[in-house]
Amino acid sequence: MEYFLIIISAIFVNNIVLAQFLGICPYLGVSNKLSTATGMSMAVCFVITLATLVTFLINKYLLVPFQLEFLQTIAFILVIAALVQMVEIVLKKVSPSLYQALGIFLPLITTNCAVLGVAITVVTKEFTFGLPSHLLNLGEALVYAFATSLGYGLAMVIFAGIREHLALCDVPKAFKGVPIALVSVGILALAFMGFSGMVK
Amino acid sequence: MAKNWKLITDGLVKNNPTFVLLLGMCPTLATTTSAINGLSMGLATLFVLVLSNVVISLIAPVVPDKVHIPVYIVVIATFVTLLQLLMQAYTPAVYETLGLFIPLIVVNCIVLGRAEAFASKNGVGASALDGIGVGIGFTLALTVLGLVREVLGSGSAFGFNFIGGRDGMLAFVMAPGAFLCLGYLMVLFNKFLKKD
Amino acid sequence: MAAVSNLKNMTLVLGLTCLLCSAVLGGAYALTKNPIDAAAVAKTNKAVGAVLPAFDETSYESVEVDGKTYNYYKAVKGGETVGYAVESTVVGFGGPLSLMVGVTPDGVVYNTSVLSHAETPGLGAKCNTDAKFMAQWEGFDPSAKILSVKKDGGDVDAITASTITSRAYTEAVKNAVNAVKAMED
Repeated sequence: MEYFLIIISAIFVNNIVLAQFLGICPYLGVSNKLSTATGMSMAVCFVITLATLVTFLINKYLLVPFQLEFLQTIAFILVIAALVQMVEIVLKKVSPSLYQALGIFLPLITTNCAVLGVAITVVTKEFTFGLPSHLLNLGEALVYAFATSLGYGLAMVIFAGIREHLALCDVPKAFKGVPIALVSVGILALAFMGFSGMVK
Repeated sequence: MAKNWKLITDGLVKNNPTFVLLLGMCPTLATTTSAINGLSMGLATLFVLVLSNVVISLIAPVVPDKVHIPVYIVVIATFVTLLQLLMQAYTPAVYETLGLFIPLIVVNCIVLGRAEAFASKNGVGASALDGIGVGIGFTLALTVLGLVREVLGSGSAFGFNFIGGRDGMLAFVMAPGAFLCLGYLMVLFNKFLKKD
Repeated sequence: MAAVSNLKNMTLVLGLTCLLCSAVLGGAYALTKNPIDAAAVAKTNKAVGAVLPAFDETSYESVEVDGKTYNYYKAVKGGETVGYAVESTVVGFGGPLSLMVGVTPDGVVYNTSVLSHAETPGLGAKCNTDAKFMAQWEGFDPSAKILSVKKDGGDVDAITASTITSRAYTEAVKNAVNAVKAMED
């Protein structure tokens, strides 16, 4: 039940793009076509889950015992950068076809603030999910990270669909490109606001 | 002198990080629930931008090409952490309001972008001025966006309420308003300020 | 511009940068530790001072009531307990809602203040700004009035359009009052 709440909350209620404003740059950057949007979402999903696992363990077994929490930001970003590089190398060797699909997005992910954002959130923020407020344990953190990245994918795919249609419309000159995209996301976010309060 | 002045003004309109380069969208949208919040976030970014630009322009000649990104990120992350510590100590209330978006300055593409594109190729003085220019451009954009959202959403400006006890249009303080306001501000910017 | 990369200088530069940066941060941490702690203490003292009558000193204690642990500040003036500032957290509309509830030894609420919340801006978040809602807690006597919102047959005026937040706030106050009652018994 609790995991179910986490999933619903992370995908719909507190959607990472539309409610938490994380990962907006790639969201606007690669959502022109449905196919690239899907590829990027999958790469993000993979990296967020993996990065959360590693940073969670580093925080719990290295930073906290030695009272080095103030090094959180610097440690996490280095871990994420190294991880992305490693994923790239491993993927290239192990599964060339997957590398073909995700490869071009991987270098972009290091500076995707969604990854660092989720990694920091799961170790610092207290959640409730129907229980008394508490810091997440490893299982909850992983479910939260995975569900959050699914929410990212959902928002991305919906938006790419909208943009493919927008491209065919006759938009006033000053609105062309990003402005009209932002206005569309605004309306999409309005729709997602309907989910607020569903999960506490 | 004229050249130095141009370094600063370029960041305001021609290379405005928010309206033209479309960088650093996340803090732009997330922290602009009021003019003061936008201003604080802008200044925090300015701090990191100037210091990291200066240090990176100094160390760039000795950094081997293949590891330059990790080195730059470490430098930036150091200044961000420094900022976190200072804010926790002296402005705890602001630190709490901006929350997650202070550590996230590390991955703000503006900072790494300026390090890559400008500071690594230019001298200390020019890099500092570039940081100041881009930082002010970012701060200005955030403050304007925050002001618009605050006026529409809460009926106040810089905390000064002018509609009495009535409610503003709440959607503008919440997520959808951020996207809508930024979209429309960009339209105005394109129409009146941008020179092709 | 940049130096040619080989394993030796890459390791050297990256290692040195990391070392130097950690050293700088370690120093900065040591320097800012006291101000950061002081800021936290100042914040708590302000919150305690806002919900309790004047006191000389406080002590931080905790009590377990109905399987839930409550942390509280016991405020003493001239050797006599003047009240308890209880930290009470419940689930609000948007997430945890944390209050500091000041209760005098006779079980009357002295005042309340919000420590942290995740309520909707402009609606539930008003629990921290709405003068009318906040004023009703001053001197609220649970033995004379009923501690639940008017919609549920009680005496608490809810914030317009934010019944869930108001209910949660009321529950937090109630928990704190009960905790103090358990302590006094």
